Amino acid sequence: MEPISIVGTPKTPTVHFDNEKGKVEIKGRSIPENSIEFYKPLVDWLEAYLSNPAQLTEVNIQLEYFNTSSSKCILDVFKKLEAIYKSGNEVIVNWHYEEDDEDMLEAGEDYQSIIKIPFKMVEITE
Amino acid sequence: MTFNLQEWLTKHSKDDILFLFKGEVSSTLIADSLEVIEAKLEEASPKSKKKIYNVLVEALQNLYHHSSVLPEVKDINEKGKYAICILSKNNIGYHVITGNFVTNKQKDFLTKHLSHINELDKEELKGLYKDILDNQEFSDKGGGGLGMVDIARKSGSKLDFNFYNYSDNYYFFSLNVNIVE
Repeated sequence: MEPISIVGTPKTPTVHFDNEKGKVEIKGRSIPENSIEFYKPLVDWLEAYLSNPAQLTEVNIQLEYFNTSSSKCILDVFKKLEAIYKSGNEVIVNWHYEEDDEDMLEAGEDYQSIIKIPFKMVEITE
Repeated sequence: MTFNLQEWLTKHSKDDILFLFKGEVSSTLIADSLEVIEAKLEEASPKSKKKIYNVLVEALQNLYHHSSVLPEVKDINEKGKYAICILSKNNIGYHVITGNFVTNKQKDFLTKHLSHINELDKEELKGLYKDILDNQEFSDKGGGGLGMVDIARKSGSKLDFNFYNYSDNYYFFSLNVNIVE
């Protein structure tokens, strides 16, 4: 399988998925009207990655904004990662949020309470 | 009494207007509006800025996905998915005000959904958000009214809404969201 590398736009995030290195990164803004269109290839990639994942998958989510249309797709991404974790592989999620952005911290905690994989809340200081 | 759009607009244009749009909402319009609005929010505190931006994204996308097209247009300007979006400011804080046309069926759903949201406290809203997120099917149009729950959570205010009868089966849906500075 091939890594995914997508350059961010004002409405969609920068994405780096690397199966060799076990890196999954989503950064920037995720506010498209149709999130399913954007996230489906990412969820499909993780589904394929599930059959042969790296020993440790390190996930970095660093979103400035995301809409509710994206929130379900992000949950789908986490559910694939949870499947990788449940099949006996190491997965760590680093949920980055800007200093004082309580809403983004809370959003991370919402996912943390639904998804049974280790989450680390990482505050970004200027 | 028939609904007068101009009167509604005048009534909601009293404060300091930072942004006002009326017309058909498209994907490009949302992108362009958000860029303009972001520049206008430079003076808001970083915390308020994010909240206002988030509320506006959801509000504009609600208008984009759920505005109904009027079958008989009284005024040529109200064609297509006609909607209004206002961002204003006064001494209390910022206000995101939207207006769009909905069907009777949408009015029933919104009345039930928004009244329910307004009865919930912070923790209950969090619970409802997670429940919809994890348990309901989503479509390309979004899902299960999650946007309104998010607007209520981010703004921390009750949703102030009204329906005005426009014509048979059509209502003008007005929503006012306050973000206290």
